Amino acid sequence: MAEPIIEVDGLVKVFRGNVRALDGLSLQVEQGIVYGLLGPNGAGKTTLIRVLTTLLAADAGSASVAGIDLNADPQAVRSRIGLAGQFAAVDDYLTGRENVELVGRLYGFSRRDARQRAATVLERIGMLDVADRQVKTYSGGMRRRIDLAASLVGSPQVLFLDEPTTGIDPASRRSLWELIRHLLDDGTTIVLTTQYLDEADQLADRIAVIDHGRLVSEGTTADLKNRVGGTVLDLSVSQADRPNALAVLEEAVVGGVTVDPGRDTIVLPASDGVTTLYDVLGRLDRARITPTDVALHRPTLDDVFLALTGSVPGNEAAAGAAVGAGTDRETGADR
Amino acid sequence: MNTVIAVPSLRRTTAHAAVLARRNLMSSIRRPDVLLLSTIQPIVFMLMFLYVFGGAIEFALPGAANGDYVNWLVPGILAQFAVFGASATAFGLNDDRTSGVLDRFRSLPMARSAVLAGRTTADLMRAAVILLLQLAVGILLGFRWQNGVLGLIAGVGLALAFCYACTWITATLGMVVRSTEAIQAAVYMVVFPLTLVSSVFLPTQTMPGWLQAFAEHQPITAIADALRGLMLGAGALPPGQTVAGQAMVALAWIGGITAICVPLAVRAYRRAAT
Repeated sequence: MAEPIIEVDGLVKVFRGNVRALDGLSLQVEQGIVYGLLGPNGAGKTTLIRVLTTLLAADAGSASVAGIDLNADPQAVRSRIGLAGQFAAVDDYLTGRENVELVGRLYGFSRRDARQRAATVLERIGMLDVADRQVKTYSGGMRRRIDLAASLVGSPQVLFLDEPTTGIDPASRRSLWELIRHLLDDGTTIVLTTQYLDEADQLADRIAVIDHGRLVSEGTTADLKNRVGGTVLDLSVSQADRPNALAVLEEAVVGGVTVDPGRDTIVLPASDGVTTLYDVLGRLDRARITPTDVALHRPTLDDVFLALTGSVPGNEAAAGAAVGAGTDRETGADR
Repeated sequence: MNTVIAVPSLRRTTAHAAVLARRNLMSSIRRPDVLLLSTIQPIVFMLMFLYVFGGAIEFALPGAANGDYVNWLVPGILAQFAVFGASATAFGLNDDRTSGVLDRFRSLPMARSAVLAGRTTADLMRAAVILLLQLAVGILLGFRWQNGVLGLIAGVGLALAFCYACTWITATLGMVVRSTEAIQAAVYMVVFPLTLVSSVFLPTQTMPGWLQAFAEHQPITAIADALRGLMLGAGALPPGQTVAGQAMVALAWIGGITAICVPLAVRAYRRAAT
């Protein structure tokens, strides 16, 4: 790997109430890729973004962005990054163009340069024709676009996007994905957080799965999927049949058979899709076990977690809620 | 590529503050409903006090008021508005915090103080317009300054300086207190008693001793008295006080509030939004 543009080493952040939002997290991001931080609510994704964008100081560990240590020179880091947070941070009563120009001026560009850069970015983001309308007239997707434009106006080396598509409609979501992928053309590195596997799948070259402030797994989307299997089979059997069923399934599928206690369901990778399904049903039939429910589907975030950690994030309600309560914007947003 | 200087110089900080002040003013000018109501409210206040209280209390006024309550009230109500006008800063910063705008600003290569300076400057400019309008309506209603135009101008300047000092109190409030409702409550809880238990509306001599002691030594009375001295002359002041002396007391309050609240606000800003 070339010299990484982001290096995170053993970051710890403890919030009030002894909540460890980051618990010794380490990772490296290569330049010019989309790096996805995937994890449930309260996993520590937003806290990591807030540390890397200099909004929050870590309690321990170190991190550098674009070769600059965060503690040594945060101002220098700020001039090399762009941030689009969980909410579109734009002024409703200014026009889209004015919002983008404002951020350009605050990056330190002259009025003329800021104007020119704003025009370039607005065109790139497909907002030039509506740029002179006040933001309050925009749809949710348009607000996100303007917010993205503002985060790009300083030509950042690293762009941080915190849940870029949360709360917008599916069509806008797709066009935002497309837009984000195009941003890579000029060598920008993008770090984004998401709760959705499909989003990480669509956008990210590499994914870090994070839970409880720790790195659970890291790799390309292909790596990750291989670990889960391309397709997932959910099986329900009666309580009486379960021990037999598990024994049969362990034989049929090598490794990866787990029980999701929350849904009371047996989950297994179905690497050959329908063929695996026939095979499994045949074996169960010969063992005189009739499933009460069967479902074949693409892996969800829950499946990834189940395969990687052996537990589904939602099932650890107490622990999950405690982490969530302490983390930053994910709960700070009580509006 | 980026050619941004890493360390913000004073010049850059000033430039950023000016850019942000302009943004805040533009944003408020485009809300004509809010702008209109926030302009009318202080004027309605003045009319209310003038006509409800005016007739009953003229006998209690010092000679320099010329027996006319409007002469007593206008300097006082300018002092009161200086505080109320400053409360806009709390709401503006709180809006920016909850909408994520402060996070964006804090992630940009600029001085922390520029955001606060831009906000307080914009709010001061808005307050200046409203305060001058209030003064103009007062003059229409019969207010006559009796200490020369320079005294009048010095009075307006002092009121605005006090307003600016107060914007740093409310700036801190806007970042420490989480919701708009709580800010509203805090402003009313502090500002109303403080302006009523002062010389803003009535001379303090008729208050019971313990209350009088408080009223005479709190900042709003200090400002109101200084404004009266500057606009009406020494005759409008309690016995034994001079115009220059009262102005010094007012300036000391303004200096003290600024010295304490600017660092507090900057500290709150650093920690805000987490």
